[in-house]
Amino acid sequence: MSQNSRERILARIRSAVADAPETPDVPRTYLARHTPDDPDAVLDLLHENLADYRAHVHRTDEAGLPALIARRLEERGARRVVVPDGLPAEWLAGTAAEPVPDDRLTPAALDAVDAVVTGCALAVAETGTLVLDGGPGQGRRALSLVPDLHVCVVREEQVVASVPEALPRLDPRRPLTWISGPSATSDIELDRVEGVHGPRTLEVVLVRGARFAAG
Amino acid sequence: MSGVFVGMPAFPEAVRSAVRDERLRRNLRHATHTIRDKRARAVAELADWAELREAGKRIKDRTLRHLDAHLLRLEEAVTASGGTVHWAADSDEANRIVADLVKATGETEVVKVKSMATQEIGLNEHLEAEGIRAYETDLAELIVQLGEDRPSHILVPAIHRNRGEIRDIFRDTMGRWGRPAPEGLSDSPAELAEAARLHLREKFLRAKVGVSGANFMVAETGTLVVVESEGNGRMCLTLPETLISVVGVEKVVPEWRDLEVFLQTLPRSSTAERMNPYTSMWTGTTDADGPKTFHLVLLDNGRTDALADEVGRQALRCIRCSACLNVCPVYERAGGHAYGSVYPGPIGAILTPQLRGTASEVDASLPYASSLCGACYEVCPVAIDIPEVLVHLREKVAGQGGKGHRLEKAAMKAAGWVLDHPGVLAAGERLASKTRGLHPRKLPGPGARQWTDHRDLPGLPTEPFRDWWKKNRPADPPGDRA
Amino acid sequence: MRVALFVTCVNDAVFPSTGVATVRLLERLGVEVDFPAAQTCCGQPQFNTGYRRETEPLVRRTVRAFDGYDHVVVPSGSCAAMVRHHYPAFGPEAAALGPRTHELTEFLVDVLGVTDVGAWFPHKVTYHPSCHGLRMLGLGERPRRLLRAVKGLELVELPGAEECCGFGGTFAVKNPDVSAAMGADKVAHAVSTGAGVLCGADNSCLLHVGGMLSRQGAPLRAVHLAEILASTEEEPWR
Repeated sequence: MSQNSRERILARIRSAVADAPETPDVPRTYLARHTPDDPDAVLDLLHENLADYRAHVHRTDEAGLPALIARRLEERGARRVVVPDGLPAEWLAGTAAEPVPDDRLTPAALDAVDAVVTGCALAVAETGTLVLDGGPGQGRRALSLVPDLHVCVVREEQVVASVPEALPRLDPRRPLTWISGPSATSDIELDRVEGVHGPRTLEVVLVRGARFAAG
Repeated sequence: MSGVFVGMPAFPEAVRSAVRDERLRRNLRHATHTIRDKRARAVAELADWAELREAGKRIKDRTLRHLDAHLLRLEEAVTASGGTVHWAADSDEANRIVADLVKATGETEVVKVKSMATQEIGLNEHLEAEGIRAYETDLAELIVQLGEDRPSHILVPAIHRNRGEIRDIFRDTMGRWGRPAPEGLSDSPAELAEAARLHLREKFLRAKVGVSGANFMVAETGTLVVVESEGNGRMCLTLPETLISVVGVEKVVPEWRDLEVFLQTLPRSSTAERMNPYTSMWTGTTDADGPKTFHLVLLDNGRTDALADEVGRQALRCIRCSACLNVCPVYERAGGHAYGSVYPGPIGAILTPQLRGTASEVDASLPYASSLCGACYEVCPVAIDIPEVLVHLREKVAGQGGKGHRLEKAAMKAAGWVLDHPGVLAAGERLASKTRGLHPRKLPGPGARQWTDHRDLPGLPTEPFRDWWKKNRPADPPGDRA
Repeated sequence: MRVALFVTCVNDAVFPSTGVATVRLLERLGVEVDFPAAQTCCGQPQFNTGYRRETEPLVRRTVRAFDGYDHVVVPSGSCAAMVRHHYPAFGPEAAALGPRTHELTEFLVDVLGVTDVGAWFPHKVTYHPSCHGLRMLGLGERPRRLLRAVKGLELVELPGAEECCGFGGTFAVKNPDVSAAMGADKVAHAVSTGAGVLCGADNSCLLHVGGMLSRQGAPLRAVHLAEILASTEEEPWR
C-alpha cells in the first residue's frame, strides 16, 4: 500500500509542476551577521540576550569555574547532580552535591536528580542560544531536559554571532538541541511565562578564554 | 476527544455568534494585539528582514518546483541514518500507518507534540477508535483536549480562552485524565503552567511512543526539526523508545544551510522571540540517545492538488507561524472556529479550500472571508500573497456556480454591461439623482439590507460628476470618445 | 503635460463633490485637467469578487479612455491600486496604464512636487489610511504631509489607523457581521480622537464608515482628502 502511495504521490508531484517555470537561484543577500566583529561585544550580546529570556548569566575564568558552579548548585539547593560522560572532572571539584554518573538512567531516575551540569557545542549571541550536540560533557538529550536546573558552561571561543555562522559549525548527524532560556509558554493569552516542562532554571556560565590568559 | 469540523455552516453564518460574544472578542483582541506589537518589534531588530523574507520565499518555491527529487533525497538520507519512511496519500492512509505502528509496539497510549498535520488528519480520533489514547502535551492543545473543544489558532489553539476559563477547565477535568489540578489553583499563568507540568510529567516519564510533526525536514542530511517553547516537544522526541513523525510533503527544504533563513524568520514571526526556547534536530536514530526506532510518515492529503495550481501553490510555502492570523481584522472578530478547519485565519482561507476542495458550503465561503486589506501579506515571512490567492479562489468558486453565485454572476454581467455603456450609466445616474428625495436611508432586500442594517446610505447628489463637468467645462477634451 | 481625471464610478454617481474638488484643486495648482467621458469603472468590484471575464471589457474601456494622456489622476487609492497591480494581468496595453496612473496624493507630492497646496480648513481632523493606498500603493506619509500643510487644520492621530475599516467591496455585503464589527471599532477609534472630521482618500471606505457615523449620530463627519485640499479661505469647502 505504502509503496503504491509513494509512486502515486511522486507521479502527482511531477504532473503538478510539469508546466511550472524553472526557479532561479536563491538570492542570499541577507546578512551573515548583524553584529560587529568584536569578541567582547559579541560576548556581551550573548549575555544580554540570554538574560532577556530569563536565563541567569555569570562570568568567570578557568580558575574560578569550579567555585562558581559549586555556588550556583548550592544556592539552588541542588543535592544530586547528574554528570554527563566526558565532563571535565575539575568542574565539579568544588561542589558538595552528590555526583550521579549517567549509567543509562531511566527517565524516572533522572526525574529524581536536582540538576545537570553540561558544556555545549556552541552559543549564538544574536539569539541568546546554546546548542548542545551530545558531545563530551554534554550527555544525551534527556540529561539536559528532565532535571529542573540546568547549569551550562560556555567558553568564549564557542560563541558565534549569528544563526548563519552557527549552522556550518554543527554536525547534522548528531542530535542537536538549541536552548534559548528556560522553558516557556505563550499559550495563555499570548503572554510569555517561563517554566513549563523543560528545566525551569537555566544558569549559564560564560568562561573567558585563552585571549585573556595569553594577554 | 477534541471536536472535529464536520457539517460546518458557511463562514458568514458561523461568525454570527462569535461576533456577538463579548468575552470571546475581548480574549481575541487582547491576545492578537499583544503579539502583533511584539512581532513588529522583533522583526524591526533585523535590518535584513526583507532579504530574509525574499530568500525564504525563493527557497520554498525552488523546493516545490522539484519536490519529487527533494523527497527522494530525504528518504534516502533518513533511511541511511536508521529511520523508516512511509508515504501516505491521504488522511485515512496516514492514520492507518500510525495506528499500525503503535499497535506493533504493543502500547495503548502515545504522547504527542503539537502538530498541525496530525490535527488535519484527525489522528487522535482515529487512534481513540483503535483503542489507543493520544495525550496532547502542548499547553494550549491540552486546554483544547481537556475542554473537549476545537482549536482556533495555529500557534495557540486555545487563544479563544482566557486565564479564568483555563483555570476552570484544569480544575474540572484534569482528574479524569490523570493527576488532578493542585488544590486552590489560581488563574495566574505561572500557576497554570505549573499545573500542566505536574499533570503531564508522569505521562512523559512512562511514555513508550511519541508522535510528532516537524517544522522542517532537510533533504540533504535527513534531519528533522521541531521548534517549540515548553519542552514538551523535547520530552516526546527524546524519552520514548519509538518516535513517529507525520509531516506534510511541503515541509522539506533542500539544504542544511536553508535553515539559517527560517530559524531567523519563524520565531520572530510566530512568538515574536529572537529564538524560541527549544529547537530539536535529529537525523534518524542515535545510539544510546533518544528513540531506538524512528518512523517518518510523509503526507500528501491534498497538497499535490494545491501544487498543481499555479497561483494557489504559493500557499505551500507556509511555515505555520500564524503571523497572518494575529494581524487579520477578520480573524480577530470571527475567531478561529468559524473557518471550519484546523487552519483558521487568512492562511486557512487559502489553504483549506485547496486541500479539501470547495464542494462544502464552508469551504466555498472561505475565499470570501477577507476584506482583502493585505495585512496578512505584509507580515508573511515567506511572502505568500494571500489576497492574490483569495481572489483566484473566488474565481474558481464563482465559476462552479452554486448557491448565490448564479444570481451574482448575472448581476455582475448586468453591471458590467451598464458600465461598458456610459450613456446608459449616465441616464441611470441622472434618474437616481432626480428621484433622490424618494430614496430611503434603509433598504429592504438581500444585499441592500445587509448594508443598511448597520449603516445609513448617503444622500444622493443632485447630479453625477459627468453632468457637472459637461455644464462647467463645456469644451469636451479630445480624449473623449464616448 | 496632458492630465486626465479618472473620477471613478463611485465618485461619479455618489460623491461628485470629490471629483469637483479634485478639479478645483488641480486647476488651482496650474494643471489643465481633462475628463474623458468614456471612462466608467476600473473593474475592481468584478475582479475582486472573482469575475475576471466580466472585468475584462471594463479594463479595455478604461485603457482606451485614457490613451494618450501623460498622467491619469485618481482620487481613490483602491482604484489606482487596481490599475497598477492588477491591470498587467490583462496584457501589455493594460499594463502600460499602470505607471501613468497616480493616486491623488502621489500626483501632488511626486509629480507636482508640492505638499503645501495653499489650502485652508479650520477643523480638527483625523486621517484613516485606506488599506489599498497604504499597502498596495505604499502612500506612506504623503496624505499626512499634505494635511499638515493645510492652514488652520489640526491633525490628530487615529488609534489603530492601519487597521481595515471593514468595507472591502462585496465583503461588506457577503460578511455583514464582521464588516460591521470592524466598522464599529473604526468609528469608536475615530470618535475617541475628538476630531470633527474623519478624512480619507477613498470614498468607498468613507461610504461605509460615514454610513455608520451617521447611523450612530456620531459627532464626526467623513470628508474626502480632496475636498479638504480644495478648500481655501476665499472659497471654503462646506
